[in-house]
Amino acid sequence: MTIETTGKVYKSFFEEKGGKKGIFAWIFSTDHKRIGLLYFYSIITFFVTGATLGLLMKLELIAPGETIVKAQTYNSLFTVHGVIMIFLVVIPGIPAVFGNFLLPLQIGAEDVAFPRLNLFSWWIYVAGAVLVLLSLFTGTGAPDTGWTFYAPYSFKTSTNMLPAVLGAFILGFSSILTGLNFIVTIHRMRAPGMTWFRMPLFPWTLYGTGWIQLLATPVIGITLLMVVGERLFNIGFFDPALGGDPILYQHLFWIYSHPAVYIMILPAMGVISEIIPTFARKTIFGYKAIVLSTLAIAFVGYFVWGHHMFTSGMSGTALFTFSILTFLVAIPSAIKVFNWVSTLHKGSIYPSLPFFWAISFIFVFMIGGLSGLVLGSLATDVHVHDTHFVVAHFHYIVFGGTGFAFFAAIHYWFPKIYGRMYNMTIGKIGWIIVFLGFNTLYGPMFYLGIKGMPRRYFDYLKEYTDFNVISSVGAMILITGMVIVIVNLIYAGFKGEKAVANPWGGSTLEWTVPSPPPLENFEKIPEVTTGPYTYS
Amino acid sequence: MSQEKTHIIPYKTYVYVLLVLLCLTFISVAVTSIELGTLTVTVALVLASIKSFLVLSYFMHLRFDQKIYAIMVTGILLIIIIVILITFLDYYYR
Amino acid sequence: MEHAVTHTHRDDTASKIGMWLFLFTEMFLFVGLFLVYSIYRFRNPEAFHQAAEELSTFIGTLNTVILLISSMTVAMSITSIQKGDKKLTLILLGITIFLALFFLVNKYFEWGAKIEHGLYPGSSYLKELGHGDILFFGLYFFMTGLHAFHIIVGMILLGFVYHRVATGRVHSTDFAFLENGGLYWHLVDLIWIFLFPLFYLIT
Repeated sequence: MTIETTGKVYKSFFEEKGGKKGIFAWIFSTDHKRIGLLYFYSIITFFVTGATLGLLMKLELIAPGETIVKAQTYNSLFTVHGVIMIFLVVIPGIPAVFGNFLLPLQIGAEDVAFPRLNLFSWWIYVAGAVLVLLSLFTGTGAPDTGWTFYAPYSFKTSTNMLPAVLGAFILGFSSILTGLNFIVTIHRMRAPGMTWFRMPLFPWTLYGTGWIQLLATPVIGITLLMVVGERLFNIGFFDPALGGDPILYQHLFWIYSHPAVYIMILPAMGVISEIIPTFARKTIFGYKAIVLSTLAIAFVGYFVWGHHMFTSGMSGTALFTFSILTFLVAIPSAIKVFNWVSTLHKGSIYPSLPFFWAISFIFVFMIGGLSGLVLGSLATDVHVHDTHFVVAHFHYIVFGGTGFAFFAAIHYWFPKIYGRMYNMTIGKIGWIIVFLGFNTLYGPMFYLGIKGMPRRYFDYLKEYTDFNVISSVGAMILITGMVIVIVNLIYAGFKGEKAVANPWGGSTLEWTVPSPPPLENFEKIPEVTTGPYTYS
Repeated sequence: MSQEKTHIIPYKTYVYVLLVLLCLTFISVAVTSIELGTLTVTVALVLASIKSFLVLSYFMHLRFDQKIYAIMVTGILLIIIIVILITFLDYYYR
Repeated sequence: MEHAVTHTHRDDTASKIGMWLFLFTEMFLFVGLFLVYSIYRFRNPEAFHQAAEELSTFIGTLNTVILLISSMTVAMSITSIQKGDKKLTLILLGITIFLALFFLVNKYFEWGAKIEHGLYPGSSYLKELGHGDILFFGLYFFMTGLHAFHIIVGMILLGFVYHRVATGRVHSTDFAFLENGGLYWHLVDLIWIFLFPLFYLIT
């Protein structure tokens, strides 16, 4: 472990304001680190908003019948919770925050390829977010279609759909531009000597993610535009009354939204692949296998969208094909898990908070992944389709996967970003409460789903009460843990102890620069001679 | 590393390509005016594909640029074809 | 906006890769629509067949020729800028923009004629014609409309290129901006190469 205490005087990117004052030094900055933090603050804000809506839903479900909200309000709650969490939090989540901050640092570049475009993406993100939020407070009531905007209901409902749909459309552009920026950055700006196979794994996953963002997002863009056209101009696209086919909407929607799941999870896997070797003090097991599985997930993940539509009335041939392809995706995902575990094997593990988050990621991700196989096989899917089983599976993957990886990442890179260290004990307490709360909240949903409780209902039969109560209590535990974790981090940001440049003994390039990094990252662009995870 | 020498393509090449493109256009207009049933669609699409191949390789310089662009475009076209085929697995067999 | 320390170098390859990646997203935007078109055509072969007869093959062909020529002129402008012939570059770009305008004028009259005949989404006449026709004309207006929008964007982009060539910011050793503008224009042409047979020819 190399703890370096450089006595050198330098100005960090926090102090270097580029000649602008106050907030303008942030919202007009083209520095990738500042843009990453802009995303960070926006995303945390929306995360808290979305989590609050989620808590309201769980409170409604604490007892059968109407508890705190009416049926229509509940419909809006799960729609808005979905839209905010998916489009504003999870999809930009890790790439926009940690990708922006760390990609140039990890590949030894001074910034991304198109810094101004990068700032522009954030502005588009904000514009889209404003539109989505507008749909809540203006017009004829918040959208109630679910985050999937399924046709034909999405152009029949009287609620305020247009801003939400247009907002999602605009957010897509932000996602595309971020992906584009990262791909070009990785192609052109790797430090001398950093060949493709000497690149750390987090940039690799960002590369795979970038391609998905680029190639899948336009499809949802055009689909949402068609919905807008159908709502505004009565053009027949998906309305059966005009000859359209609603199932085609589902096809188009999932051609994007399934790969979107990989936009969410691939960078999360990248984060874990960074943390595991650092804390096992060992080079990653099967570097190339992880790289190839990343690309395989990105590629095959593009062709499995139909497994969201097993009960929609597709042809048998399509069902069969989609099911097989879905099982194929499980292979590269499992390769990654095996590689992480093999990396830990015989490592000299240094257990610390980021490591705990990473390990709990693997645990919940496994549960999520294996429950996915139940949904991927045709016969069992018919039984659990549109039940709480799906909700549980989805949250185990997206919250347990991406969410946990997000918190793993912030705990891992916090000292690098802010140059300060958080309180380890409180952080650990927060983590264990979150972990327990998470499993208490979503675990019972598997059972409820198998028993047949449908999702998206504000009410349920009496038989389901016990497990719903457990689940709602879990939600409160989870929120408590989250508050502890977030408050601990906010406090550390202002009052935490000064951190050294490389507190964990990481071996990737970002740990060679001071914390917080100076504006132009590296004093001199480094020359790379070895692979990323070299521990002797 | 940023300034690769791109070789200059003579005006002549572009004129020839345009002439071929125009010929293909008129051929496809002529052929499709004859009733050939489902074959019409095939012919029109094949001709359109040849035209787009010409535009991509000559007008868009894929022939003369670094290989990376051509590789990317090929990959993209592959994905497009697979997506269309898979979607038709549903509609064709429904 | 730029920090003084960073980005003093110029990377033309990076901006070209960036442009290509952007073109890929544009392709997928239209791929979604082509998918919808092909599936509805598959489900309503007769109606699509009949409806396509309504479109004027002459205007379609004329617009194809216009776009192909404009594609050539913009490709030639890259040769001329490489040779340092600023005047010819400006002439070629001017022709391209003019042809784009010509295309739009044709489109305007074509759309106008359709709307006059009551063939527009939501019209009562179209409702009587049946499902296939509703889908066909919905797609026709949406797809050619989106394409026309891209023509307009392309014109604006080429206008900027023209300006930069005229003011000497784009010249024989720094012409990536022209190249990328040209790439965009070729994409607009590529999309039309497929739109044309699908709507005007396959009758």
